[in-house]
Amino acid sequence: MYLFLEQAMNGLQYSALLFLLSAGLTLIFGIMNVVNLAHGSFYMVGAFCAASAVAITGSFTVAILASIVGAGVYGLIVERLIISRLYHRDHLDQVLATLGVIFFTNALVTLVFGRSPPFVAIPPLLSGAVPLAPGFSYPLMRLAFIGAGVLVAVGLWLLISRTRVGMLVRAGADDAEIVDALGINIRRLFMLVFTLGALLCGFAGVMAAPLLAVEIGMGEKVLITTFVVIVVGGVGSVRGALLGSILVGMTDSFGRAYIPIWMSQLLPPEYSSSVSSSLVSASIYILMAVVLLVKPRGLIPAQR
Amino acid sequence: MTRKNIVIILIFALLLVLPLVANGLNNSFLINMGTQFVIYALAAISLDLVLGYGAMVSFGHAAFFGLGGYVVGIVAYHMGMGETVFGWAGSESALVMWPLAMLAAALTGLVMGFLSLRTSGVQFIMITLAFAQMLYFVLVGLVTYGGDDGMSVTSRNLIPGVNMDDPSIFYYVCLALMTLWVVLCRRIVNSPFGMVLRGFQQNERRNVNLGYAPMRYKLTAFVISAAGAGLAGALWANYALYVSPDMASWLKSGTLMAMIVLGGMGTIYGSILGAAVYLGLEQALTAWTENWMLFLGPVLILVVLFSKRGLFGWLAGRNSHD
Repeated sequence: MYLFLEQAMNGLQYSALLFLLSAGLTLIFGIMNVVNLAHGSFYMVGAFCAASAVAITGSFTVAILASIVGAGVYGLIVERLIISRLYHRDHLDQVLATLGVIFFTNALVTLVFGRSPPFVAIPPLLSGAVPLAPGFSYPLMRLAFIGAGVLVAVGLWLLISRTRVGMLVRAGADDAEIVDALGINIRRLFMLVFTLGALLCGFAGVMAAPLLAVEIGMGEKVLITTFVVIVVGGVGSVRGALLGSILVGMTDSFGRAYIPIWMSQLLPPEYSSSVSSSLVSASIYILMAVVLLVKPRGLIPAQR
Repeated sequence: MTRKNIVIILIFALLLVLPLVANGLNNSFLINMGTQFVIYALAAISLDLVLGYGAMVSFGHAAFFGLGGYVVGIVAYHMGMGETVFGWAGSESALVMWPLAMLAAALTGLVMGFLSLRTSGVQFIMITLAFAQMLYFVLVGLVTYGGDDGMSVTSRNLIPGVNMDDPSIFYYVCLALMTLWVVLCRRIVNSPFGMVLRGFQQNERRNVNLGYAPMRYKLTAFVISAAGAGLAGALWANYALYVSPDMASWLKSGTLMAMIVLGGMGTIYGSILGAAVYLGLEQALTAWTENWMLFLGPVLILVVLFSKRGLFGWLAGRNSHD
C-alpha cells in the first residue's frame, strides 16, 4: 500500500516536470507548427544557470530568477535568429536545424559552466518531509514541485482562457493564417509563446536541479519523453499536455514499481530481470504507440 | 559528360584509390576513416530513399543500424561459446550473416513501417522515434549481451577466398556493397515504382486520385531502406568488432539525417559526400577542440537555412536532384 502511495506521488511529481516542459512545447507545435527539438536545451540552460547562481549567492530565490531569465533570454535569441526563419519550412528542416541548436547548446554550456556543475542542495525552507498518511511521509521539495506544476497549470488556464493574449493563442492554434489576416502581428505572438515556453523550461530546470542530476544532455533525455507526452495528449492543446503528462508520468512511475514484481512471478528468474528492465524503459513508448494506433491525432487534439 | 557525371565519377575514383594512397603514405588511419565513411554512407543512402524520395521523415533509422549490428554480434557471441545458430554450419560466414542481418532489419521495418505509416507529419516523426527508442531499451536490457556497455565481436565474418582482416580488403568489400546499393537505389528511384513514390512526395492527394494506394508503395520503400541500414549495421559490427546500444540511439538517427542534408537530400550520391563531410568534420574538429559540436551545430543550421541542395547540389549544379 505504501509502495502504491509513494509511486503515485512520484508519478505526480514526474508529471509536474513533464507538464512544465510540454505546455510550452505543445503551443509551439500547435500554433507555429514548428518541431522544436531544442526545447530540452532551455531546460538544461535553466538548470545550469540555477546551479551556478546557488554556488555564487547561496540563495535559491536568486537561482529561480537566474534560471528563468537565463532560459528566457536564450530562448528569445534562438527564436529571433533561427526559429523565426523556420515557420514556413517543412518538418525535416525544423528537426535538423533544432538538432544543430542542441549540438551547439551542449557544447556552449560545457564551455561556459564546465562539465560537472556545482551540486544544488535542497533549500532549507523546502527540506524535510511531510506526513501525508499514518506512517507515510513525503519529501517537501517534491511536494513543492507538484505544487509548482499545479500553479503553472492554473496560471496557464487563466492566461489562455481569460486574457486577450490567450484568446489569440487559442485562435492561432486553430488557424494561424486567419489570425494573421485579421491584422494581428502573428510573428510577435509566436515570439511571445516561444519565450514563454523557454521560461517554463527554465523554471522546470531550477525545480529539478536539487532532485535530479544536472548534467550535459539532461535536456535530450527528458525531451523525448516530452514529445511522447505531446503526441499522446494531442498536439497544440494545453489540456492535452496535462492529460498526457499525467498518463506518461504515472505509467513510468507505476511501471518502475510493479513491472519487475509481475515479471518475477510470470517468468523464470534468468529472464525476468532483463525483460522487466527493457519493459520498464519502453513502457511509455508502448503507451504512445498504442494511443497513436487508436487515435492517430492524440487524445485531445487542438485543431479541427 | 555533364557536370553531375563528372562529380559522381570523381567521388568513386577517390574512393577507389583511397587504400592505394593510404598504403603509399603508410597511413592505416586513412583506411579506417574511409571504411567508416563508406559504412555510414550505406546507411545514409538507405535513409535518403525514404526521406528524399518518399517524404517519410523517419527519426528511427538507427534502430535498423543497431539491429543489423546486434544480429552479427549475438551470433558471434554464441559462436565463441561453441554454439551455432539453429545448428547451421555457416554461422560465421558473411554470405549467411549479412543477409540475415538485412532480413531481421527488413522484417522489423515491415512491422514498424506498417504501424507508423498509419500516421503522417509530426506524428510519423515521433512514432518512428518511439519505436527506435523501444528497440534501444530492449538492447540495453540484453544483460547477457553486455547490456548498456555493449559487447565486443570476436572476429569478422568470413568470405571464402577473401582475407577480411586486411584493412584494405575489408574496405573494398564495404565499398563494393555500397556501390551495389547505390546502383540498386538509383534503379529503384528511376523505376515506375520510384516515380510513384516521388509522386507521393510532391502531392499525395493527386497520386491517390490517380489510383495509387500510398501504403503499399511507402511501406515497400521503408522496408528496402531498413534492409540497407541493417546491412550497414552488420558491416559496422565487422569493422569496429564492437556493438553497443548506442548504435540505435536517437542521436545516431539524427546524425544520419544530418549527413543527408549536408550532402544533399534526394540525390543518393549526396549521402556519400554527406557521410564523408560529417565524419571528416568530426575528426578534424575533435583534433582541434573537445567541444567540436560548438562548430558542427551552426554548420548544420546554416546548411538547413541557406543551402537546401547540400554539398552535392552545390558541386553538381542545377540537375543534381533528378
